[in-house]
Amino acid sequence: MTIPMVKAEGVHKSFGAAHILKGIDLEVAPREVFCLIGPSGSGKSTFLRCINHLEKVNAGRLSVDGQLVGYRQKGDKLYELRDSEVALQRRDIGMVFQRFNLFPHMTAIENVMEAPVQVKGESKAVARARAERLLDRVGLSDKAGNYPTQLSGGQQQRVAIARALAMEPKLMLFDEPTSALDPELVGDVLDVMRGLAEDGMTMIVVTHEMGFAREVGDALVFMDDGVVVESGHPRDVLTNPQHDRTKSFLSKVL
Amino acid sequence: MTDKFDKTPAGSPAGQVSVSKGATPAPENIKAIPVRHVGRWISGVVVIGLLIALGYAFSQGNIQWHAVGDKLFDSTVVAGAGRTLLISVLAMVLGVILGVVLAVMRLSKNPVTSWVAWLYIWFFRGTPVYVQLLLWFNLALIFPVLNIPFIYKDEMTDVMTPFMCALLGLALNEAAYMAEICRAGIQSVDEGQTEASHALGMTQGKTMRRVVLPQALRVIIPPTGNEFINMLKTSSLVYAVTYNELLRSTSQIGSTSYAVMEMLFVASIWYIVMTSVFSVGQYYLERRYARGSLRSLPLTPLQRVKVNLAAFSNRPSGGVSA
Repeated sequence: MTIPMVKAEGVHKSFGAAHILKGIDLEVAPREVFCLIGPSGSGKSTFLRCINHLEKVNAGRLSVDGQLVGYRQKGDKLYELRDSEVALQRRDIGMVFQRFNLFPHMTAIENVMEAPVQVKGESKAVARARAERLLDRVGLSDKAGNYPTQLSGGQQQRVAIARALAMEPKLMLFDEPTSALDPELVGDVLDVMRGLAEDGMTMIVVTHEMGFAREVGDALVFMDDGVVVESGHPRDVLTNPQHDRTKSFLSKVL
Repeated sequence: MTDKFDKTPAGSPAGQVSVSKGATPAPENIKAIPVRHVGRWISGVVVIGLLIALGYAFSQGNIQWHAVGDKLFDSTVVAGAGRTLLISVLAMVLGVILGVVLAVMRLSKNPVTSWVAWLYIWFFRGTPVYVQLLLWFNLALIFPVLNIPFIYKDEMTDVMTPFMCALLGLALNEAAYMAEICRAGIQSVDEGQTEASHALGMTQGKTMRRVVLPQALRVIIPPTGNEFINMLKTSSLVYAVTYNELLRSTSQIGSTSYAVMEMLFVASIWYIVMTSVFSVGQYYLERRYARGSLRSLPLTPLQRVKVNLAAFSNRPSGGVSA
């Protein structure tokens, strides 16, 4: 039995009085493409942000590659990790945001080079060579010198994927990567993600693209109101949902 | 500036419409009698009349213009202008450094530092800088000896030279304003930027230095330029602490030579030259920090002149609209 890439046991999260996650249990195997679907406000983005500790879990255990996220366990006591230790954990986890969040004061290639140079202390030449390869991979080698505002949404999101890949993560988190895009730009981004999946990257994808989930996904979870309602192979869940809430959600989006 | 955006799909209905429009012959331009702006003419004439009256008054005034010319580059005056520049730059540098520290303290999660920063800003923005200067100047009245145990001990009057009074008075006051400017700048950066930076494994400090501050600078630079230009003028208040800056050195000549107004003109000329020079500098600084926030940078005045000249030579004729 291999160590799961992500393991969540009874994960709870609240913002003040709002109880967002109410006990999430799930496992993501290495090399798996794991899709999270559900209505807005169901907690899927919040859960994703807990995985790289952008949000602190209130209760339960969450580990990535066998390592507890954000805490260190000694005996039966938990110790919060320091800022630098959390940063160290995040190196291995790439994240792609709904609103791209590229650094607007840097060109596309500088965006991709930033983390390897600043975090890993890589030389600029090495980082640049890799950044060129990655931009080529996402089909944007001719946009290397452009600032984010000079790129379309789809192009920005592909740069953002390249930026995350530059840290050579073992896990990629996608938070509705195509939701802010014009419909005709979605395809290019999904193509890049499909390529990543084929290369064996472990991916957790929060998405509304049911077609992508069905085609590329290895596992799918339907979340509603902070709990996992239904999970299984995407084809099974999407074509033959067992739960009423899944059925009513799918009838609205399919 | 990209040439290709894949946002407009080729062959869209909109594209076809404009193509068919292009095929029809150019429509005849409307020939109409423009509205007469009588009010504009009248107000223009009145204003010019007033300007002429003002010029005439000055020409008839008892002004020894040659004194202005003679003393403009007098060594005392030039030295005074140099000191004005020196004290302004030093006070500004100190004010910016202290202001950044205060802004970070103010935004810190530590309630003590945050509260102390608030208190500092409250006091220094709440009292006039002239009063603050006099407070520094008269500090020896309540603390005759400056004594930092084991490090430093001296008579207060020896420490608080006019230069030190001027520097501390201007810089500490400026720090309070800069703190608020920096805070606004840091807070203007989208939270998604911090998140993206953290997600890449960058620490809080790196995120601040590499991601947040460079973007905050775009917001911070323009008001900081204004602050510096204000500082050049506010520095004339250090006259009160007997620091020999521009106003004080010109006034001294004025009171001994009875050319009071003339020497004030000299001071004004120096102030206006200095503020103008730095205004131009600020323009280019702002342009530099606009990188990435605009698709294309606005033209510099020089570039604009070139474009205008080019437009003159091949301006399309017969347009009705301006």
